[in-house]
Amino acid sequence: MNVKRRVAVIGAGITLFRRRLKETGKELSYLAANAALESAGMTLADIDCVVMGTAPDAFDGIHMKADNLLDGAGATRKPYSRVYVGGGTGVFSPIGGWWHVASGLFDTCLVVAEEKMSPCQPHPQTAFRTIWDPIITRPLNPNLVWIFALEMNRYMKTYNIPKEHIAMVAVKNKANALDHPSAQLAAKITVEDVLNSETMVWPVQRLDISPPSDGAAALVLASEDVARKYTDAPVWIDGVGWSLDSAYWTNRDLCFPQYVAEAAKMAYKMAKITDPPKEVDFAEPYDPFTYKELHHMEGLLLAKKGEAPRLTAEGVTQRDGDLPICPSGGLLGVGNPIAAAGLMKCCELFWQLRNEAGKRQVSGAETGVAQAWGDLMQVGTVTVFRR
Amino acid sequence: MSEKVKDLRGTRLSAADLESEDTITVRGRPNAKYAWSAGIAYTKYLEELKNGRIVGRRCRQCERVLVPPRMYCEQCFRATDEWVYVKGTGKINTYSISYLDADANRIKTPILVAVIDLDGAGPGIGILHKLGNVDIEKIHVGMPVQAVWKPTNERKASVTDILYFEPIEEE
Repeated sequence: MNVKRRVAVIGAGITLFRRRLKETGKELSYLAANAALESAGMTLADIDCVVMGTAPDAFDGIHMKADNLLDGAGATRKPYSRVYVGGGTGVFSPIGGWWHVASGLFDTCLVVAEEKMSPCQPHPQTAFRTIWDPIITRPLNPNLVWIFALEMNRYMKTYNIPKEHIAMVAVKNKANALDHPSAQLAAKITVEDVLNSETMVWPVQRLDISPPSDGAAALVLASEDVARKYTDAPVWIDGVGWSLDSAYWTNRDLCFPQYVAEAAKMAYKMAKITDPPKEVDFAEPYDPFTYKELHHMEGLLLAKKGEAPRLTAEGVTQRDGDLPICPSGGLLGVGNPIAAAGLMKCCELFWQLRNEAGKRQVSGAETGVAQAWGDLMQVGTVTVFRR
Repeated sequence: MSEKVKDLRGTRLSAADLESEDTITVRGRPNAKYAWSAGIAYTKYLEELKNGRIVGRRCRQCERVLVPPRMYCEQCFRATDEWVYVKGTGKINTYSISYLDADANRIKTPILVAVIDLDGAGPGIGILHKLGNVDIEKIHVGMPVQAVWKPTNERKASVTDILYFEPIEEE
């Protein structure tokens, strides 16, 4: 890997995450982008290029919506592109920004991620009716939650995982979110609450699922030279990785997300991390469902196969544990505006590594990992940030 | 969120707000329609389902039998070699019990969903389908099942020509 130069994050911004926000997608993009610029001490004139992350067009109901959102992202008359890998888009968008700057082509890049799921009526789930292969899958009239329930059951069965351990992820993340001012579903709940919540698609219950949300987030990236002019506390993007598997998800063993492991290995190699559980201080794996946080800890090689639930039960992943996981509150607590949720995780790495996370602060955080996942259980996107 | 930031950005709307007179909403419904060609591999797959048979494609390099069939092997990245009939029997790889329909509406009678590893296909090669004629309490990973077909005259060359998979009596 020949990386020409180091890339820093020097600003981050985020909106509220809520089931519905009154602002349009453009207005939300502006609020987040503007907050990130303020945080960096920059104006739009300091920005060379813009990368947008936004997930399915069908949520907003605006085809090719990145071009519609462009004004709010500060991208008019600038080199602008949308990067897209489904649910993995949020963490992929700073990777897209990274290659613009690491390549030497640009000195600064504004990365904006937006999602408005609320326009889709009566429920955003309807938008997923068209994710399926029209020939072999759509005639079965599937719901997207089916396949996550299938994956969760395969994972539980393969490693003999008690549902109580999985439920602890919801308890932890919703409690962590109590300290996140943007959070949509922060709550003090118990394992029993999760296990007694409505069964949606067994084994997935109501409190195992993150909500549909509206929201936006943004980061400002800069080359090393430029970063040092603006801040004494840059956060470095030291590793990036991404990998996708086939859409034929029934043709692989769902107990382990190999594509996430491939993405993680790429990012760790770049960041010169050889022993992830020892060298990573905290992580923000993608947690749209409780079990996914555990599945992704294993995919990120932060836990051995089947061991993440036990680590969770032992308290290792608590904010004051040995390996804090989702100190932000994650998608389960802060909310899940798809692309914005992934970038929220990268924002959290930034705030944690700058020691700005307030009540959410993880002590001694030097190295953090964010990861997102998506499409038909086939996308892994990973970033390693260091201070 | 940084502790340095005090202003929270964004304006929450409740479900009631969205319906209220002082929130202006604009409504629309796209009306695009599509006709998809089933393609080379799936055309044969669907024709054979109409005949009550499940057909896959073998890749001689990795020796997998791909179901649903593909004209190329995405791993070896070469053309697959031949059509292979696999059995209408297999084992449950994983399953779920859905109380949601395709639009996330709650339903009383659950849909039983499974990935079924078909006998005669490669290891780990499964298809998504439904389970039927089964006691929910008895469904388990590894359970042997068989396809239950629609009557011949009702088949439409669709994956729904298989109604569901039902348990085979375990010996």
